[in-house]
Amino acid sequence: MLELDDIQHYLLTRPHATIAEYVFVTFKNAESGRNWIASLLDTVGNAKTVMAASDTDMRWVSMAFTFNGLKALGLDEESLSTFPEPFRQGMAARAAMLGDTGANHPDHWEDHMASPDLHAVVILFARDKAEKERCIAKHQEYLHQNPGVQVLSTLHLEAIPPYDYVHEHFGYRDRITTPVIEGLGIEPSPGSHPPSKPGEFFLGYPDESGAIVPLPKPEALTKNGSYIAYRKMQEHVGAFRDYLKANGKTVEEQELIAAKMMGRWRKSGAPLVLSPDKDDHELGFDDSRNNMFDYEKMDPHGYACPVGAHIRRMNVRDNSVSQIMHRRLIIRRGGTYGPHLPDDAPEDGANRGIAVFAGCADISRQFEFLISVWANDTGFEELNERDPFCGLQDGTLDMVIPKRPIKRRLKNIPAFTNVRGGAYFFLPGISGLKYLATLNVKR
Amino acid sequence: MSNHEWMTPKAKAIPKESSEWEQGRYGPVWPKTPACYGFTIIADVIPGRAETIRNYGVKLEEALKGSPEILAPLKLHYLRWVLFDNDTRFMYQGIFDTDFDKYTEDAIQLFGLAGVDTVFENLVGFPTDWKTNAPAFIKFVREHQCNSFLEYGEYPFVSADEIKKALKLKAAFSEMLDQMQ
Repeated sequence: MLELDDIQHYLLTRPHATIAEYVFVTFKNAESGRNWIASLLDTVGNAKTVMAASDTDMRWVSMAFTFNGLKALGLDEESLSTFPEPFRQGMAARAAMLGDTGANHPDHWEDHMASPDLHAVVILFARDKAEKERCIAKHQEYLHQNPGVQVLSTLHLEAIPPYDYVHEHFGYRDRITTPVIEGLGIEPSPGSHPPSKPGEFFLGYPDESGAIVPLPKPEALTKNGSYIAYRKMQEHVGAFRDYLKANGKTVEEQELIAAKMMGRWRKSGAPLVLSPDKDDHELGFDDSRNNMFDYEKMDPHGYACPVGAHIRRMNVRDNSVSQIMHRRLIIRRGGTYGPHLPDDAPEDGANRGIAVFAGCADISRQFEFLISVWANDTGFEELNERDPFCGLQDGTLDMVIPKRPIKRRLKNIPAFTNVRGGAYFFLPGISGLKYLATLNVKR
Repeated sequence: MSNHEWMTPKAKAIPKESSEWEQGRYGPVWPKTPACYGFTIIADVIPGRAETIRNYGVKLEEALKGSPEILAPLKLHYLRWVLFDNDTRFMYQGIFDTDFDKYTEDAIQLFGLAGVDTVFENLVGFPTDWKTNAPAFIKFVREHQCNSFLEYGEYPFVSADEIKKALKLKAAFSEMLDQMQ
């Protein structure tokens, strides 16, 4: 059974927040870093209390550390060497393998994400702006008391209009499918993956192999922890809308192309496999039906949902493509940053997009596989395509929309998104945070 | 495939090492050749275990009769299993359309389902904790992989799926012609 009172709430709950702030910091000295962790500890909610609490108890802070951060806090070399290689190397060092080349190369990353000085992130959620201001002011106090901890960058996240459904800047409805963890009493929606073993996301528990993977050392730090892979993706909303207009004569046709690239209709999330010709709002918002489909039997050739559509690449649902889909899952957390671009407004050049954390227990098997293979491998299902949204695009690849009698080809898919930053963090459990706060201090 | 590239037989010499090879999640990705992606593991057999390995041949044959689609995600052409040097050494060779690095975890899982892992347990140096230690499994495989220095394709770079599609198309045409009699 999960030790919910020792697991940070971040991957298990969604506070009723509309606003968040990511604060990326560096530790100039270990002592300041440890004191800073100690001062924030009381605000870090565990999964048990956050799940049970009323909205008046808003201990919604989360803290996570890069490999360099653990090193800077004084974790000994022997322990450091027991962490898995991808985490030790960091995301920027693995950019070529991930497909982060060209415009997505770490040389172009923002917010000091590729810097070895990036040591930790604090994630603050707030119900409204006033509460966020209060949290930030309080955090400033802690920083003031610990001058060896310096802010490298911050990112403000806020929901964008219309507020009646969760979506990103292109307008696609989000958060339709998310993994469910065994033992929490939550039933997956019909057609979704069966509940995952806790060890797929939290260290120290059996995973889908049935075994407990040995923990990095010391266990007091790593038990109940997770890895969270950060991705900041800029979304070029103007380029996206222009592409739809250039490829669709009518609004309906443009909407169909947007749906074909995603595999679901933009505003409702209704799956194309179940509603191939037009949006179905009721279906999209009906959790008992919006995942009730497969590809192998219902749409083997991709006439409804193209084989290269985002959801068909990232969640393959097809035994002949993967028999270990349950070992490739991530828990996605995050939201939109940057200003909303109204439907009728021209591109204004503003930096806007999504900034997400992918929670998992094995960075390579889960996160890196999704990005390097299913998003970026042109050999995927022999398509010679990449994922239209999270694959590297530079206008040289097309996307095929299967259609009778002759397929349609969306030519020269441009970069609708660019990677603007990324890093691997370790999200310790509460006792792991306490361990770090008192590291090298006589207990 | 454009220009009927598959009509011209082709060979490719492969260097022992190359800094130009793409880096995968677990190390360099061996290049695709006219004979697609290749994979050859050679290892010593634990003394006295050759017969155990040989017996798995029959089991595997039966397992695949029961579920012929079991290895589909690996996009295989052929697998060859060889005991040699008077049953003291073992070779496992696969021809794939996907590179091993990308689908390593799938391979481990499918090897498990097909009983291949238990064959590997009869090889010298195979990690006993492979079930919970994927990196050790991968390390064993990479350390025992012997690269080709030359590969040849009579119909270069053609995938198994393309071959199957072509045969299906041929069958469909035959049927169409039958219907038109």
